Formats: sequence, structure tokens, C-alpha cells
Amino acid sequence: MEKFIIKYFNLIRIIIAILIGVVISIFIIFIISKNPGLSLKSFFLGTLLSRGRFGSWIEMSSPIILCGLAIAIPFQAEQFNIGAEGALFIGAAVGTAFAVSTRMPAVLHIPSVLLVAGLTGAVWGFIPGFLKAKWKTDELVISLMMNYVAYFLGLYLINYYFRDKAAGYLVSYKLPETAWLTQFIPGTRIHFGVIIAFVFALLTYYFLYHTTTGYEIRTTGTNKNFAKFGGINVFMVIVLSQVIGGFLAGIGGMTEVMGLYRRFNWQMSPGYGWDGVVVAIIGQNNPLFIILAALFLSYLRTGGQILNLLSDIPSEMVIVIKSIIILLITAEAFLQRFKNRITIREAKMREVPDESDN
Amino acid sequence: MGTILSLKNIVKIYPNGVVANKGINIDVEENTIHAIVGENGAGKSTLMKIIFGEETAEEGEIFYEGKKVRFKNSLEAIGRGIGMIHQHLMLAPTLTVAENMVLGTEPLKWGLFLDNKKILKMTEKACREFGFEVPLNKQVKDLPVGTRQRIEILKVLIRNAKLIILDEPTAVLTPQETGVLFRSLRDLQKRGKTIIFISHKLKEVKQIADRVTVIRDGKDIATKDADELEEHQIAELMVGREINFERMPLPEKIGEPYLSVKNLTYINEENLKKLNNISFEVHKGEIVGIAGVEGNGQTELVEILTGLRSATSGHIHVNNREITGLSPRQIRERKVAHIPEDRMENGVAERASIQENIIVDRYYKEPFSKHFSLNWKYIESYTGRLIKDFNILAQSGKTPITALSGGNIQKVVVARELSFDPELIIADQPTRGIDVGSEEMVHNLLKNARDKGIAVFLVSADLDEVLKISTRILVMYNGEIAAEFRNTKDITQEMLGPYMLGVKNQNKVTAEER
Repeated sequence: MEKFIIKYFNLIRIIIAILIGVVISIFIIFIISKNPGLSLKSFFLGTLLSRGRFGSWIEMSSPIILCGLAIAIPFQAEQFNIGAEGALFIGAAVGTAFAVSTRMPAVLHIPSVLLVAGLTGAVWGFIPGFLKAKWKTDELVISLMMNYVAYFLGLYLINYYFRDKAAGYLVSYKLPETAWLTQFIPGTRIHFGVIIAFVFALLTYYFLYHTTTGYEIRTTGTNKNFAKFGGINVFMVIVLSQVIGGFLAGIGGMTEVMGLYRRFNWQMSPGYGWDGVVVAIIGQNNPLFIILAALFLSYLRTGGQILNLLSDIPSEMVIVIKSIIILLITAEAFLQRFKNRITIREAKMREVPDESDN
Repeated sequence: MGTILSLKNIVKIYPNGVVANKGINIDVEENTIHAIVGENGAGKSTLMKIIFGEETAEEGEIFYEGKKVRFKNSLEAIGRGIGMIHQHLMLAPTLTVAENMVLGTEPLKWGLFLDNKKILKMTEKACREFGFEVPLNKQVKDLPVGTRQRIEILKVLIRNAKLIILDEPTAVLTPQETGVLFRSLRDLQKRGKTIIFISHKLKEVKQIADRVTVIRDGKDIATKDADELEEHQIAELMVGREINFERMPLPEKIGEPYLSVKNLTYINEENLKKLNNISFEVHKGEIVGIAGVEGNGQTELVEILTGLRSATSGHIHVNNREITGLSPRQIRERKVAHIPEDRMENGVAERASIQENIIVDRYYKEPFSKHFSLNWKYIESYTGRLIKDFNILAQSGKTPITALSGGNIQKVVVARELSFDPELIIADQPTRGIDVGSEEMVHNLLKNARDKGIAVFLVSADLDEVLKISTRILVMYNGEIAAEFRNTKDITQEMLGPYMLGVKNQNKVTAEER
């Protein structure tokens, strides 16, 4: 039993953190809601009760997965680039601009639009990465600031050059149909972007754990000096990990535009990049766990929207849960005592002779 | 005289599951110098931290001056008259000597400002009383290690310590500085202090201690009067078997020069000349040992040789080809192995598995990988073989480094560095902090390499090690090679000492040793 707990301690810890987050939110709902039964039902079960909502749960997981991967790859290299939000926004904006100004058959149009969006995101990863590798600037600060640059630059591009004046509000022109990702489940808006996200998650898993470059990234992350000592080009790894991250975030933004709205309609930053940070932490930077974490988070997000519509609880409830979970997972001391006790008990059985022997 | 400190059945388990003390019993008599000896990792330092209140024991009792105590922190221990001088000196480098001495108990004016006059008076009095001379107004960072250690001792004395614990105080000292320390300790004993002295150097223990406790694998093996034990007996008690202290036989045949360093100079970021026009050669089939007090340019030299740092000027040739300015990988491809000084800093990635640590310099080659894709099956069986060959105590290649002891971690490093058929081995402190058994194994591996005609360049702060395995010895002082000794058979530690301290220099005075 002790051995089992020690081995899976991290996983157990995360699950307990999630449970505590959920329990506290139930508690809060009971306190503030006039009809807690209805509120709880809409929050935790609402998503499963209609096809449309089920669909929005699944489709929302797609950008969150891609942003989670976009954060996890630099995190694995110990690079705290949190610029997924900016890369996603600017990637989608430039991708949209490219899509509406080109005419190609769908087989070419879809991949080339995704590529343009990805490369734009990659540029957003490259800048903090290069600055870090070359001059040791703090990638966290730079990527954070670049999020704002991306936001205003993206809006400028769309609102001034690609704004659809026929539409009643601030949106881009509609993408040509050749650049649409098909919605393939009737009654929902689940589109091909979801599949793209899942495929990228599997590819990223293979990349990190089964390729030489993935090994270089992880080794640099566990001990940079050791990587250098062993002959790994740490400079390249620092830059590359953030470039790949930016690329994935750019694609994450573009699939959302191509599959869901078919035009760029964000006037506010959608926040998927921040959710990416959350799922990368919950998923411990492992792409397979990130899929689960993203599904969990988008379930909460969908539940939050339903909560907003059908009950007297605001959807900010989701933020409360998210915060509690992140707080508990990142607090290193959480459950550490419990683990220490278990470890000591296990070690005692193993090594210390009984007092009767003395 | 009575028993001042009595430990009963002390058990300490660390949160990572390491059992450091497995029921230790020791009685320390008042006004004696009591040595506690044991290999690295035997649990000596842990035990001392428990006495000093820095760690708490899971089981057992401590009696101090006849009363049962359980210190929650070191302040409580200090309050009861226990002082400890740690292995790694704990002084604030930018404060003056006097300020360091009173740190934590500093006298204040109006409860707010430092009372500098009183500080100076207090510290001067302490220096006079105990016969220590230290420059009270100098900043600590400008002083040599020996002086810093005296400051630490004064710091303890000024707090009226009756029982003073010194954790491996001689590890950072030259033989001459050690002599000074021992005279001070004797003097303190005369003044009624009790001293606990931790060491794994047997000669010193014989020299200074009244009583000796040997600890092995977290248990106390024996406590005896120092007169009753011979050096080799202590060693055998420490290790639990007989060990070989003799110097290695010199090689029969020495080959061509393999590594050649010419006029190497290195000026660091702070504009200090760390290496000053160094030239030397290492031939195939010999072990060239660098002796010297740490911090005299050895670290920089090794990092330049292995490509981790670039030289300011000069040339390095390996096998007649210039390697100056090449990357670590390019140098490794020239068959240069590197056992780094600090294994946790450079030698391993702690959180990664053994196999991930083994492949760091070869993962990109076949059969470890093909077309960017790693062949984990092969890597696993390859690592399994190394674990067996190098006697690493681990379940499998997937075991993380954190689960291994210091000696086994070093075996992982050595296994990696020696398993790719190097032609030149650069070994920097290859046995630091590992047990005697692993140490012997590393020494034998280096000797076997030498006998196969491999050039070995050894840097070590442990003079016994340098003398034991080197074919030729260079002494480094202040970024220069101060002396060269060709016939290592007749060299003693005392002969190296003056060169290590910069008192003598073969380049400047014609020395008789050559």
C-alpha cells in the first residue's frame, strides 16, 4: 500500500486537489444559491443533458488541448513561456487575413492557412526564446508582454484591413468555404479541429518521449548544465521549444476560427492560452494527461456557461474552482507531510531493526 | 569529568525515505576531543544536525548535561551551550569579521541600531581570551578559508559554547592550516571545552582525538580510546573489510603525448586572471594528477579542456589536433571523457532515469536512435549491461537518479564516461563524497584505463588520492603550475604543501625537489 502511494503520489495528489476544488464549489453554491439543487444540476450535469451543450464541451476542448501542449513543451525545457494566448490570437488573426485574401482548393487551402497561423504563432514563441537564449532575458515577462502586442496588433489587422463592414459588429470577412473545417456531427458544432487537436496531442507525446529532440528538450529541462555538459545544444533547445509551443498555439486559434465561427470574431482575448497554462500544470506537462485535463476544464467552462444562463450563480464560479485546484497542485507542501509519513513508515519496515534486536 | 552528552538509540529517516541513522548510541565525556568517523553517507552529519537541533530524530533520546533534551531548532541548542561549525562555512561574505561573529546576537543601541563599539569590544575580548588572531574589520569574502573557519569557531565561542561540533573541518584546509586548527582545538580543550570532531581522515583522527566512535551504515560500530586503535583498524571498522592503502605501481610504459596545453590563459568575467600561461602535456598511459587547494584555477582549466568555457588565449591539442574553441560535443567526439567536479550540478539530471543519464552524449547515434527516433528497447538493455558491469545498485535503468546513493550516482557518471572507449579521461574530483568501496573501484578503473594506454588527467583536492594513483604530479597555485613532481613514489603531502600555499614555486626559485 505504502509503495503504491509513493509511486502514484503525484497522480493521487492531483485527483485530491480536483476533488477539493469541486467540493468547495458545491459548498459555495449551497451558500449563495436560492435553488442550490438546480444550480448544482446545471453546473455538473447540464453539459450532458443536451446534444448541443455536449458538442460545445467537446469542441471547446480543442483549443485548450493545443494551448496546453503549447505551454507544456517549453515547460518541459524549463522555459516558462506563457505566451500561448498571444500566439493563438495573432496566429488566428494573420491566418484569417491569409485565408480571406487567397483562393485555393480546400486540400491546399486548409493546410496552408493552418501553416500560416502556426508560423505566426511560432514567431511569437521565437522572440522570447531567442532573447532568453542569447541575453538571458526572462521569457515569462517577455511572453507576457507579447500577449498584449499580439492582442492589439491582431485587432488592428482585422479591424482596419479585414473588417466585414456588412456585418453589424466588429468581425472579419467570412472565410471562403475552402478554408472551413467541416462540422461532422449533426446537432453539434464539433468540427475537424477537434481531431487535429487530438492528433497533435499524440504526436507531441511521441515527440517528447520518443525522439532525440524531445529527449534534448526534457534533458535541458531537468538539468541545463548537465545537458550542456553532455553536448546538447542548449541554445537551440531553448529557442526551439518555444517556437514549437507558439506554432501549436497558433494552430489552436486558427482551428477555432475555421471550424466554429468561420470568421475572426474575437474583440476580447478568448483566454484559451491561460487555460493552456492550467491544463499543462494539471496534466504535469504530459500530453496524454493534458487531453484529460483539457476535457475536464472545458467541461467546467461549459457548465459555467449553463450556470450563467439557468441559475443565479455567475459563471465566475469556474474561476474559483480553477484557482483552488492550481493553488493546491502548485503548492509543493500540499500533502507533503502525508507523503513523508508514508515514506518514513515504509523505510522503517525496510531498514530499522526491531527494538527487541538491540 | 562526567558525560556531557549521551545519545540513545537515535533513528533518523529523511522524507525521501533514506534512513540515515538506525539506532545510534554514543556517550561523549566532558572535556575530551571525541572523533566521530565513518564513510561519507554513514550518517555522521545527520547525527550532528540532530544534536544541534537542525533535524529531529524519529526515535531515540538525547541527554545533555544529565537532562533529557529535544531541541526544536538550533537556537535552542545554542542557548544551552552547543555550537556547530558546518562543513560548508556559513558566513555572510559582505559583512566584516566582527559583524559575522555577533550575527544573530548583535548588541543594539535603543533596540534598533547596531552598537558598533560594543561589537568591536566583544569580539576583541573573545579573540584575546582564546588566543585567536583575525582581522576584525575586514570583509569575510577577502579572507582565506582557514581564517574563515577560525571566525566560525570564534562565533561559537562568543556564544559561550561548552560543546563544539566541527563537521569535517579539515576538508577545505591545506596540511599547514590543519596544523593551526589542531593547535587551537587542543588549546580550547585545555580551557574546558568539549569537542566533537567529524572526519573520515584517519591520520587526523589519530592525531587529535581522545576517543573515537566509528559509524557505519547508520549504526555505531565501536567507541574506543584513540590510543587503543591503529589507523588501519579504524579504516577496517569504517568499511567493514580490509582495504588497500598502498600507492599504485607506476606504469611500465608511457606513450606519446596525447593532450597538450600550450600557453593557456583565462581571464574571467570579473577580469581576474584565473589561468596564467599554463603549459603541460599528458601522455598516453600515464595519470597526471593536479594537486592544489580548490579555487586555484582547476575548475576553469577542466571546463576549458572540455569545451564548457572558452579560453582567453592559448592552444589545446588532443592527439595533435587543435580542440581550442570546439563545443562540448565536438570534443567528446574526439574521444575525450569528462568526470565532472560536481556530479549533481553537471554529471547527472537528478529527476531523470539512469538510462536517460547514460545516453546524454550518444543518444543521437545509432543504435541508440535512428532518424530522430529513440530506440528505448536497445537503450534499456544497454543500460542494464552497464548497471551490471559497473556494479550500480539499482533495480533497472528506469530507476531515477534521486533513488541512488552518492556512490552509485558517481558510478552512473563513471559508467557513462568510460563506456564509449575514450582516449583521454579528464577526471575532476572523481571520488569526492563517495564511500571507500566505490572510491577503490573508481581508482582501479582509472588504473586499468591507464594500463590500456589511455591518457588520464586527474584533478583532486584529496592529496591522498593524488599521491595514490598519479604517475606524475603538477601543483597548481593561483592559476599557475607551481611545481612538477616526476617521481611520485617518494613524494609526501608535506612536500606538496608549500607549493599549494604559494610559499614555494619551482618556476621562480630553483627547487631541490626536481
